[in-house]
Amino acid sequence: MSDDTIKIEVDGQEIEARKGSMLIEATDAAGVYIPRFCYHKHLSVAANCRMCLVEVERAPKPLPACATPVMDGMKVFTRSEKAVAAQHATMEFLLINHPLDCPICDQGGECELQDLAMGYGSGVSQFSERKRVVRDKDIGPLVQTDMTRCIHCTRCVRFGEEVAGLRELGATGRGEHMEIGTYIQKAMSSELSGNVIDLCPVGALTNKPYRYSARAWELQQYDGIAPHDGLGSALHFHARGKTIKRVIPAENAAINEVWLSDRDRYSYEGLNHAARLQQPRVKRDGRWADCDWDTALGLVSDNLRKAAAGAPEQIAALASPSSTTEEFYLLQRLLRELGSHNVDHRLRQRDFCDQQSDPLYPSAPALADLENADAILLVGAYPRHEQPLLNLRLRKAALRGASVMTLDTHQRPFNYATGTRKLIKPSEFVAAMATLLRNLAQAKNVDVAAPLDKIVASNAVDDADITTIAERLQSAESSVVLFGAAVEQHPMRSVLVQLGDMAAQLGGAACGFLASGANSAGACLAGAVPHRGPVGRVLENPGLSVVQIASQPRDVVLLLGVDPALDCAAGAEMKRALAVSKCVVAINGYHNPTLEEVADVMLPMALFAENEGSYVNLNGIWQAFSAAVKPQGEARPAWKILRVIGHQLELPGFDAVECGDVTAEIKALTGVVKPAVRGTPTLESNALTIDASQFELIVDIPMYAGDELVRHAEALQQMPQSGDDRLRLNSASLDRLGLQAGSVVEVKVGDATALMELALDDGIATGACVVAGARKTTADIAVDGASVNITLARGTAAA
Amino acid sequence: MNTVISYFKSLTLWELVKGLHLTGGYLIKRKITIQYPEEKTPQSPRFRGLHALRRYPNGEERCIACKLCEAVCPALAITIESEPREDGTRRTTRYDIDLTKCIFCGFCEESCPVDSIVETRHFEYHGEQRGDLLMTKQNLLANGDRFEAQIAADRASESRYR
Repeated sequence: MSDDTIKIEVDGQEIEARKGSMLIEATDAAGVYIPRFCYHKHLSVAANCRMCLVEVERAPKPLPACATPVMDGMKVFTRSEKAVAAQHATMEFLLINHPLDCPICDQGGECELQDLAMGYGSGVSQFSERKRVVRDKDIGPLVQTDMTRCIHCTRCVRFGEEVAGLRELGATGRGEHMEIGTYIQKAMSSELSGNVIDLCPVGALTNKPYRYSARAWELQQYDGIAPHDGLGSALHFHARGKTIKRVIPAENAAINEVWLSDRDRYSYEGLNHAARLQQPRVKRDGRWADCDWDTALGLVSDNLRKAAAGAPEQIAALASPSSTTEEFYLLQRLLRELGSHNVDHRLRQRDFCDQQSDPLYPSAPALADLENADAILLVGAYPRHEQPLLNLRLRKAALRGASVMTLDTHQRPFNYATGTRKLIKPSEFVAAMATLLRNLAQAKNVDVAAPLDKIVASNAVDDADITTIAERLQSAESSVVLFGAAVEQHPMRSVLVQLGDMAAQLGGAACGFLASGANSAGACLAGAVPHRGPVGRVLENPGLSVVQIASQPRDVVLLLGVDPALDCAAGAEMKRALAVSKCVVAINGYHNPTLEEVADVMLPMALFAENEGSYVNLNGIWQAFSAAVKPQGEARPAWKILRVIGHQLELPGFDAVECGDVTAEIKALTGVVKPAVRGTPTLESNALTIDASQFELIVDIPMYAGDELVRHAEALQQMPQSGDDRLRLNSASLDRLGLQAGSVVEVKVGDATALMELALDDGIATGACVVAGARKTTADIAVDGASVNITLARGTAAA
Repeated sequence: MNTVISYFKSLTLWELVKGLHLTGGYLIKRKITIQYPEEKTPQSPRFRGLHALRRYPNGEERCIACKLCEAVCPALAITIESEPREDGTRRTTRYDIDLTKCIFCGFCEESCPVDSIVETRHFEYHGEQRGDLLMTKQNLLANGDRFEAQIAADRASESRYR
């Protein structure tokens, strides 16, 4: 027995407990069940439901196990006469005001109150008066309320305060008049709101899209991995027959603990969307017609064979960063066997001049390390939307006292107190990073190594905020620098990353890239990049990156789960390039107007719960998953589609029988990345040309618009995080334009124009404007860092 | 001794007499054969025949799609699909009973919290095709409307025992 454990006796059985822990933790660990409602292992102790009362020797009254610390030699009785009487009484009180509507309650069958009433309640109640009724609140499209059922355990309230960092739900009134609700009439807007459904022990908070569509006992549970962010949260699919009815989190202490973001929880709705592609389709004489797989695949392999025989460099492929590792591997293999290296998944990235010195795959420090960091600098990153559960770890760090600092193009509503927040325009990004590097170098008393010294010398400025950030990074015991979406899509990404990387080294900070998509790491490992083969193998002649594919149209292009207009950083350019291609093959989950315009063959592929494969997360953890339901219609898993194409072309290495064979093949590959000499970043090559009279455009990819699946999830699309079609400027910029919020303006970027409404947002630097990307209305103009011309739209008056 | 007894029994045709005695008894006993379909046996108010879905007096269907009958059905004869109706109430969009699977155990009736699914006294139905024995929600509600008076009377008479 070590020093920090003590022995207690529960129901005559001796168990060990950690000193200072609560009784219920000790009994849970020992497998002795004590009934509870308000206690939850990831929330603070409230001890307000009184269900966990147990008898403790020498205590005058029964004690709540969740709030009673263990003491050496204490004797506890969970089923003694006194304990059982207390449980009966508590249950009777809880049921006084709980309606008997279990038959219509979605929680019926998986309800903690129902279970405990069976296990610990008495058969009849002495209560014969009227039950109270509480008006339901409309708290948004994701969570349904039936507040009469609430037993006031306050788990949802504590979750909001302690975990999600938003005090959205709260208790008003006392005693019988206590009600849980949003303080003012509003919808829940947290990106984690769905977790209150799992926390609610009764049916007061239930899943709105799932409402009344199935019962808990009809659902079959399958394991899965979330496909939207680089963490790969563990989840369970609940399927009824052939359809996924809902998604709930699975416990994985290393990644998502017990939580799940709303994006991962509700995106399954996209699986049953009416726009799902059910059948292979080919375009003949400009008209789309359904066809069988043989015809479609024959057409694809004919085109590939012809192109490979003539000019293989005319073949290109783009894959969504959320494809599986196996799909990436087979796709790059298909192209490379045909003689082309033009394969890319970095759809939102625009600057590739330094790609050879990129790490083997984008990675982030382990989540536990983030939690324990003392200083965190977010460069162009908003993890709350990009990686919601990683943000929880940052929040824990911030609550512990770490300072989370930001260097970003707009002020974001963080759900924890942040340190210094430096607001910059895209064109000032390089200067800001150069200043940071110079300050850190000065503090360390070292010179900045070439070639960055020139950039630092010509760009660094004096800035109090950045000085503070540099000092904090350096003085902290453990510090982290995280790069996010704003850096990824920045036209001078390579310079920023090089500066940031060196700054992190000087400051003794760990460096992390929050790459978009679920499987950027897997894509790089599988070789779905033009400059490296699988596992980072060095190539002599690198292929074309996504930007080059857009600017130099290819004859035959394969698209794997990509909507060219919405998923690519230069969507309009990519669409134009594909329009002149001879053959565009779209392996996709949905009908899509852009694809109908540019593609020639559409092959339906399995998505999310229908697919099998593996993801590699930002910590390098491989997570394999298998299909939970059959694909819709004639759709097939993309790895099988690619395998058949490889077979038809008689290429070697497409003989895998099971998906696991491909995984094993990738894992067996040996090879190391040669950390190539750092490319020399040149500011000239990608220099931002900003006209002072014009505005700089910042493109913000809304949380619920990042990929095809989530764009088809209807409930999520009703949330504010799916973005809107307004152009945001601060008040100084509005004054400069002489316009007011609400005016409709013509926004001109290059040759493209869009009509948009102006909105006021003072979290943006003067001279910059923010537009939501990955939306149909803004697809043509959403180019990050571009200069924008804003004029009042003709025929409209200033509001 | 046994040999002697069996000799006398066979001599007196004892087994034959014994058999004819039983036959003769039935010859003069009161007849229980009824002339179906002109005549019918009496039915218990708990008779379990054709299923019906009931309505409330105001015409609203009783079923709330709790799916307890579907869960309890030992023959898996019931299929239910549900969704929120426009007014927000929980309702079935599909309620099928496959009478070729049903074993008329009455569990559905017992499990129903709102007395919606019931088994009526009606048992004289037929189907000319297999599909005719697949009762849909419309069929079941129509059955309910047709037999409501009898169903309500039976429920009332048995209410003491429920």
